[in-house]
Amino acid sequence: MIRFENVGLRYGTEAEVLRDISFTLQPGSFHFLTGASGAGKSSLLKLMYLAHRPSRGLVTLFGRDMAMVTRRDLPELRRQIGVVFQDFALLDHLSALDNVALPLRMAGTPEADVVAHCSEILRWVGLGNHLHAKPSTLSGGQKQRVAIARSVINRPRLLLADEPTGNVDDGIGMRLLYLFEELYKLGTTVVIATHNEALIRRFDHPRLHLDNGRLMVVPSRGSRANEGRAQDARANDARWE
Amino acid sequence: MALRPVRPRSDLPLAVDPSSRFLGWITALMAFLAALALAGAMLVSDMAQRWDNGLAGGLTVQVAPMPGAPVAPLDERAEAALTVLRSTPGIGSATLLSGGEIARLLEPWLGSGASDPLLPMPRMIDVVADGPVDIAGLRLRLTSAAPGATLDDHAVWLADLRSFAGAIRLAAVGVLLLIGAAAVMTVVFAVRTGLAIHRPVVELLHLMGATDCYVSRQFERHVVSLSLRGGGIGLLLAGGTMYGLHRASQGLRASLLPDLALEPWQWVVLLLVPAALALLALATARWTVLRTLESMP
Repeated sequence: MIRFENVGLRYGTEAEVLRDISFTLQPGSFHFLTGASGAGKSSLLKLMYLAHRPSRGLVTLFGRDMAMVTRRDLPELRRQIGVVFQDFALLDHLSALDNVALPLRMAGTPEADVVAHCSEILRWVGLGNHLHAKPSTLSGGQKQRVAIARSVINRPRLLLADEPTGNVDDGIGMRLLYLFEELYKLGTTVVIATHNEALIRRFDHPRLHLDNGRLMVVPSRGSRANEGRAQDARANDARWE
Repeated sequence: MALRPVRPRSDLPLAVDPSSRFLGWITALMAFLAALALAGAMLVSDMAQRWDNGLAGGLTVQVAPMPGAPVAPLDERAEAALTVLRSTPGIGSATLLSGGEIARLLEPWLGSGASDPLLPMPRMIDVVADGPVDIAGLRLRLTSAAPGATLDDHAVWLADLRSFAGAIRLAAVGVLLLIGAAAVMTVVFAVRTGLAIHRPVVELLHLMGATDCYVSRQFERHVVSLSLRGGGIGLLLAGGTMYGLHRASQGLRASLLPDLALEPWQWVVLLLVPAALALLALATARWTVLRTLESMP
């Protein structure tokens, strides 16, 4: 799904904000992207949702080398990626339904289908009574859910969320993470950038941890336990041999 | 007061842009000027055509009195000129105007004194050609048979008229080109302003998978809507102005000015002005947006 090899990113002539990033995300996986503020989480996400191109290294997305992708090819790739932005990035002059409808309208979906699908997904995220509400009249949590609905309306292969729980209380944050968990169970590859350790601990998913621009992959507790059990078994076998 | 686009939903909030406040009204002004220039050119063309039709194929022969000259009397020379004319190939008819008809023609200049029998009046012959006429040969034969006879084939008048009508048409085309150029510059400015104001939204749409054409269509719909509405208002104002001028020209006692009424087909041509402006705006908006977006990531 995603492969980074020795990727570096710098803005202008500044020092690199990301250094020697290498990792691979398998299709249908769920990862948390963690790290302190300023560690480069948003920059890494921007590379993943093709807002930036790397300064060096290899980025492969959906099997395609991003260095070989032309500007003309970008829309098609971007439509396969759903993004929940940290500040929601909702268009204030559009209703909740019209905000959610943007990816479908860009893809040329018939208008009747657009309205039906958007109404359905907004009901799914608990905003059935706010279809025509403008973002300015919605609370932080409601805006977040509109943003999530918009990011998944066209069934993306990859879902990226930048601090989706940053603007909501823990209760709503937990509900949002369960929402992402459901999408993951439906086969979507999910990467969630967050620094909310308390919420992360309730889910057993591997982490991509950024520290001062460098990445470390931390396996899930379950796989660590499995790995530990496998090591014990191998040691036990060796003792009997 | 700002002209609002008809379409209520647009991914870009272009309707609230400062540029939207003037684009519609500038288009109205340009449509007004373009319609007037076009109508003026069509009216002058019609007038020139009418004069052309009236004069083309018509000849006038004048036999002047020559008191004291050793020539035949005036009436004999006029008869001789008539004989020459009627025997000339290409001449359909030649009619000697009566003294009363000549007096009526001269009345605007000489008043009632034109009918004074003591006034030496020339003899006038109205000639209608029904085929090609050898004007130079005819002129020679006339002066030989009827001394003092002059032939006027209106060639100088017609040439002047055609030249005048051509100049008016050229001026109208120039005005239309200038209006078109102004329209293009206005749309380019409005679109670039819109792109600069809404750059974050455009970038967001790109990140969600919008193509440049999708973004461009937002601007195209916006400027076409404003252009059609502004153009319609400009056309209405031009129509009102034309009607007012038509009414005013009817009140003139002397028929110095031609009738300022347009034919139905000419109104149809004027109706195309807003459509042409909208088409120009659409093409300009598309070109500007696509060219600007090429520099975005």
